[in-house]
Amino acid sequence: MKKVLSTYLKPYYGRMLVGFVIKFTGTVMDLCLPWILAYMIDTVIPQVGQGTGRNDIFIWGFVMLVCSVLALTFNVIANRMASKVARDTTEAIRHDLFERIMWLSNAKTDAFTKPSLISRLTTDTYNVHQMLGRVQRLGVRAPILVIGGVLVTLTLDPVLTLVLVSVMPVTAFVTYYFSRKSIPMYNALQRAVDQFVRLLREDIAGIRVIKALSKMGYEEEKYDALNKKVVTLERKADATMAIVNPATNLFLNLGLVFVVIAGAYRVNQGNSEVGKILAFLTYFTIILNAMINFSKMFVIISKAVASANRIMEVIDVPDEMLPLVCERLAENEDYIRFEHVTFSYQLTKTEPNLTDISFSLQKGETLGIIGATGSGKSTLAALLMRLYDVDQGNIYIEGEDIRTIPTGRLREKFGVVFQNDTIFEDTIAGNVRMGRTLSDEDVKKAVAYAKAKEFVEEAGRGYDNHINIRGANLSGGQKQRILIARALAAHPDILILDDSSSALDYKTDAALRHELAAHFADTTKFIIAQRVSSILHADHIMVLEDGKMIGYGTHEELLSCCEVYREIRDSQL
Amino acid sequence: MAKGQKKYEKPKNRKRTILRLGRYMIQYKYLMLLALGLTIGSNLLALIGPMLSGFAIDAIEPGIGRVDFARVFYYAGLMAVFYVFSSILSYILAVLMIHISRKVVYQMRKDVFARLMELPVGYFDTHQTGDIISRISYDIDTVNTSLANDLVQILTTLITVIGAFAMMIIISPKLVLIFAFTVPLSAILTKYITGKTHPLFRLRSHKLGELNGFVEEMVSGQKTLKAYHQEENTINKFDSKNEEAVEAYYRAEYYGSIVGPTVNFVNNLSLTLVSMFGALLFLAGQMSIGSISSFILYSRKFSGPINEAANIMSELQSALAAAERVFNMIDEPAEAADRENASELENVEGNVSLENVSFGYTKEHTIIKGLNLNAESGKLVAVVGSTGAGKTTLINLLMRFYDVDSGRICVDDHDICDVTRKSLRQAYAMVLQDTWLFEGTVFENIAYGKQGATLNEVTAAAKAAKIHSYIKRLPQGYDTVLTDEGTNISKGQKQLLTIARAMLMDAPMLILDEATSNVDTRTEQQIQQAMRKLMEHKTCFVIAHRLSTIQNADVILVVNHGEIVEQGTHKELMEKMGFYYQMYQAQFE
Repeated sequence: MKKVLSTYLKPYYGRMLVGFVIKFTGTVMDLCLPWILAYMIDTVIPQVGQGTGRNDIFIWGFVMLVCSVLALTFNVIANRMASKVARDTTEAIRHDLFERIMWLSNAKTDAFTKPSLISRLTTDTYNVHQMLGRVQRLGVRAPILVIGGVLVTLTLDPVLTLVLVSVMPVTAFVTYYFSRKSIPMYNALQRAVDQFVRLLREDIAGIRVIKALSKMGYEEEKYDALNKKVVTLERKADATMAIVNPATNLFLNLGLVFVVIAGAYRVNQGNSEVGKILAFLTYFTIILNAMINFSKMFVIISKAVASANRIMEVIDVPDEMLPLVCERLAENEDYIRFEHVTFSYQLTKTEPNLTDISFSLQKGETLGIIGATGSGKSTLAALLMRLYDVDQGNIYIEGEDIRTIPTGRLREKFGVVFQNDTIFEDTIAGNVRMGRTLSDEDVKKAVAYAKAKEFVEEAGRGYDNHINIRGANLSGGQKQRILIARALAAHPDILILDDSSSALDYKTDAALRHELAAHFADTTKFIIAQRVSSILHADHIMVLEDGKMIGYGTHEELLSCCEVYREIRDSQL
Repeated sequence: MAKGQKKYEKPKNRKRTILRLGRYMIQYKYLMLLALGLTIGSNLLALIGPMLSGFAIDAIEPGIGRVDFARVFYYAGLMAVFYVFSSILSYILAVLMIHISRKVVYQMRKDVFARLMELPVGYFDTHQTGDIISRISYDIDTVNTSLANDLVQILTTLITVIGAFAMMIIISPKLVLIFAFTVPLSAILTKYITGKTHPLFRLRSHKLGELNGFVEEMVSGQKTLKAYHQEENTINKFDSKNEEAVEAYYRAEYYGSIVGPTVNFVNNLSLTLVSMFGALLFLAGQMSIGSISSFILYSRKFSGPINEAANIMSELQSALAAAERVFNMIDEPAEAADRENASELENVEGNVSLENVSFGYTKEHTIIKGLNLNAESGKLVAVVGSTGAGKTTLINLLMRFYDVDSGRICVDDHDICDVTRKSLRQAYAMVLQDTWLFEGTVFENIAYGKQGATLNEVTAAAKAAKIHSYIKRLPQGYDTVLTDEGTNISKGQKQLLTIARAMLMDAPMLILDEATSNVDTRTEQQIQQAMRKLMEHKTCFVIAHRLSTIQNADVILVVNHGEIVEQGTHKELMEKMGFYYQMYQAQFE
């Protein structure tokens, strides 16, 4: 998956290169200082001691000062550039991930689960961001020091250098081995974090029930189990990676011991000098410290790789809802037409959620859908909007198979209120407008049609009144009316109201029906309802049971021929 | 939003935050002492290494053909042993620190959640779920990482600095004077920069929380966004939040990462000064070249860890900013504690009375005004009225999710403010309009309200609620795990499950808030009998729109604009031809 990371980093290769060069220069400046110092002690001071070039002290002192200032400037600039690259890359990754999630089909969202998507967008992108910044900052100095150190020791005594370098593959192997081992562990950790997010969301959503039943203790226990799990997984993964640092240290130090022994032989044979071994040891410390920074980087990288994989897993999901290319025109003039539609949420299920549904509607007609809980009413609406694709059969709008219509153009036709619809934390006008280009006049009209005008205008700031999270400061009926206003605001071609008057009293419900009849005559309406009174006047009424259509016709027709419909009617008198 | 803004501008309490973090650590003081010992040990062992290599080199010193191999091997062997020990110690230390930090984090997460459960429900209506999650996951994580790594670094710095400083004083007290200038300089610079960056780190945590809040809300409402073709728009909104978040991260990181090079610069400055003044001292005959060079060696030793410490300053700061957010949440005022001598509500008969109750969620907007109501034990009280008239608010007050502004509510003549919340709430069974199921088996979901319920009891409740046959058809029956807030279960089925949940509880009072609004009427009729049984001998508060369900109520309260406009039985109200009558007629239009 690092491959994909590299595609995100690719635009910044140039900037990163410049940054590396600057950082490199800064580091070299930093490293010049001890060298100048050595020069001063070894050469300048003894000379001055002999009475010559007293000014040299100040000249070299000045040079050191210049080096310090340059080191500071370059390091700060390089850090800044590195942070910028990390910022821009993360922004792009997060953008793509969010974009993908927004376009993800509902079936895929169900498969990933929302808590997992949320934690991928939050903690996982954060891990990647952290890694990008740190690796760039640490990742320059360490290699320079290692390579530079090795090169210098090569000039001192190539044979001893080989001894030292020979332990490096072992170190590299250990680092690689444990990083490889830890990546699945970090993966498991992130999965546990998903669960964590899930529980938190769940409990926050259900806080009233939890408090009402005094189940706080029980929830705390559930949470505790997850907390323990996360902590244990974290500890395991981190403890695995904790081996890398001391192991690197140990191998290099052992390499040093070999250097001393090999050095002894070489000195004994006259191939080397003691001074060289001493110098060797000094450079060795530098190399060692740099290697330790290397291994630190690997810890960060391992964690980020697990996260990057999870991010890319979502970004790489194939688009399965692409419009079909072949435009198939239907033979007839029906506005909406279902032909033998069969669908199930899970393919493994024996009973489909909808079986062999066929019907057609003309423009401006109203279809009432009624049936027991779980009989497939909402599924029918979801299919018409192509939130899911049918398993068998076809759905046509104006003679076009909906799978040939780009989703944007398809969904623009609709105004919809779902059963579990979402109110966003925004103003009333914002919730009605939903980002569409609608005038204030449109919003006001829609609110009036939805019978919400009274309470909206009554409240403090009217249409600019702020709605709390999940619409908490509205009653159930007020929420529904805002949602209905949202559905009506753009004067849609097709209106779907899924049980959206369940929280409305009869009076408001009746008034709403009048408004629909008066102002939305051209709109084709799907009304899903529990109350016969809500659909009584529909042009067609469909009765669903266990995903099958067991009645279709007008109120009167159904009363005479559909047993179930009669029962429903009778139950409401 | 305005609230969050204020909180984030609150005067900084860095010291208090550090002290509170310290309190978490102090619980593990023995482990911490052990860690300290290990740090000293592994540092000392690491220092012995170079000394031993010095001895080995001495043995090589004599040169060609005269190397004392016995001594070389002896010291080389010792070196190997010490290095092995040093590595083992530092491994143990690392694991130990991971251990301690996880314990602290575990405890912090636990404390936050415990507080979360104590917060009044209103808190969750004004704080984004994503932001709360962000505190528990990201913020605590940040603290955690910092604890595991940075603490050891600081200890190492301290030990080395003290050691090196002592050595330098011994060599040349005069040259040490340079540090009297540069050390405060780096301290002042560090303090100045961290003072500047602290708000940036807060902003970073805050913005990330905001982003997470947005993400949570939008992912939750994905279906609606798709239906309105708002993908592009939402992505645009996300982009600006995203940009703010990464920009805040960038600014904090960038300014934070200035500290490292700056301190490094001061160190380099002191190095320059040391070599210049050293040279001058040498000229004045007050110092030998040898001592200058070892002085410089120690001063390098001195600056190395200080550099490292300065580099982790930014991490420490982000940890502090994060810890602050966590503590802020722990400090949120909880639901007012039960009164000191609050009694347990026992053997409840279920006589509920409201006396002159007034309430509003905000001071300006009173929702319930001077409400009087008397519900005797076993009576059925129905509340009807146009939507938004304050019906659900009444339930919030009965359950004490909110406290009344004036007046009082009594159960069996006990003011409900004088009894424990737990006992009060346990006296009610409740089915709400917004059904809530959690990820767990169907069995667990139904048995939620009754500890130790048996499968037989659960099955009986499910049968009574007419959801049994549906459950039987699920892949694993009662053991089927409901996932993701029960996505593919219809709302009506959810309501039936929660009704079954309420049926299992044996509470003397019952609240049904639109309990069957999404259940089809045929099923509703089928469960009527069970509902009646559920309501038997209980004081019931029923909120409903389907007037058919409440016609046999003992009292019907007709609410409009937060005031009870009519009160009486169905028959009385119909005869009155008032508001209720109009509402009743509306359903036949």
